[in-house]
Amino acid sequence: MLGASAGGVQALGTLLSLLPGDLQVPLVIVQHMHPAEGSGLAELFSHSCPLVVKEAEDKEEIRAGTVYFAPPGYHLLIEIAGTFALSVDEKVNYARPSVDVLFISGAHVWCSQLLAIVLTGANNDGAKGIQLIKKCGGTTIAQDPATAAFPAMPQAAINTGAIDKVLSLEEIGTFITKW
Amino acid sequence: MEVNLLLDAIHQRYGYDFRNYARASMERRIRQLCSRIGCQHLSEMIPQLLHDDSFLEKMIREFSITVTDMYRDPFVYRCLRQQVVPRLKTYPFIKIWLAGCATGEEVYSLAILLHEEGLYERSIIYATDFNDIALEQAKEGIYQLDRMKTFSDNYKQAGGRASLSDYYQLSGKGCVIKADLKKNITFANHNLVTDSVFGEMQLIACRNVLIYFDKTLQARVLQLFRDSLAFDGFLCLGSKESLRFSLLENDMKVVDAKAKVYQKKVP
Repeated sequence: MLGASAGGVQALGTLLSLLPGDLQVPLVIVQHMHPAEGSGLAELFSHSCPLVVKEAEDKEEIRAGTVYFAPPGYHLLIEIAGTFALSVDEKVNYARPSVDVLFISGAHVWCSQLLAIVLTGANNDGAKGIQLIKKCGGTTIAQDPATAAFPAMPQAAINTGAIDKVLSLEEIGTFITKW
Repeated sequence: MEVNLLLDAIHQRYGYDFRNYARASMERRIRQLCSRIGCQHLSEMIPQLLHDDSFLEKMIREFSITVTDMYRDPFVYRCLRQQVVPRLKTYPFIKIWLAGCATGEEVYSLAILLHEEGLYERSIIYATDFNDIALEQAKEGIYQLDRMKTFSDNYKQAGGRASLSDYYQLSGKGCVIKADLKKNITFANHNLVTDSVFGEMQLIACRNVLIYFDKTLQARVLQLFRDSLAFDGFLCLGSKESLRFSLLENDMKVVDAKAKVYQKKVP
């Protein structure tokens, strides 16, 4: 699972193009966007990423080898059955979708199997979530703030002490590929 | 397991059935309440729930927080105006059910739209929710001034013909929707999980409610909507909701796939 905010579209463009076409796991992404900017993210990246890239749908079964984006204006959560759930609950960290909401619900379902990554952003969304994921035995990565367009979000994650590795986008790409 | 026990307790003690709500959101809300009142384990809330009626109210408030705006998803209202209103104009009397009206933002959005299309005087809108506190707020129709900028932008994008400020008055408490727009709205308690069919409607709107239900409950509720619609009646769902799990795809035709507007077929 991956969270990104300001600067994320460009960072994701780099990262997603590094992934192999036969990735054995699903990748679930929250990228903060203004709802009015529509649901164009999945389409935007489907050209540069060798995997199937789509917007996550309510009750959809989560499949390996697929990249899912949270729809703008909705929180994205993981159900025990391995399906997605959407909600229009209040914003969290001024954001909907919120990285924390995704990370926390994912931690309850996937526990130690989970790899959580915090990329560039100008807020601290995701910092709570990675603490829970770490506590559950999952693996946590932050983009190296020195390489991030907006260092605040990965830095906030690092400051919690719950981050296992601080990596560049290229290194994160390699890490996901081996996961 | 703790969540199951808690939901069973609510059901057995009070009859409210949340067992078929989508679990991830439900659990999130229960955990939120739990940490707010200082419980370590979710099950600690069970004794409180069983012995203190006011705790149930607290839970219901937590379970039914919905955040909505006036004219949320403006393209949906544009679709209603362009594709549904012309058909509604052919009826001498129009019955509309807004299910899960929460604090009323969408009810008044619809009332204004009907007014601008010259249909309000012959319409009645049934606005229902299972949460009495939200219903009270909806009835009052008071919204904070700082939300009006968003509402007003949405209204314009939705094809609004005047200025949104024509429809409310400023008061000490906020922006109060004018009484004229309230007179044909009936607010009532209705629980989609346990209550039954609701008249013969020309339009049912239920947006962003089904995402909180599991597939079984979605199917039940969609059937309830079909049975509450007149032939040719319209159903409007949330932008990320659909008829997928309902077996209703044969009974309804798609009017607008993006706005999620459907129409009941004549047999």
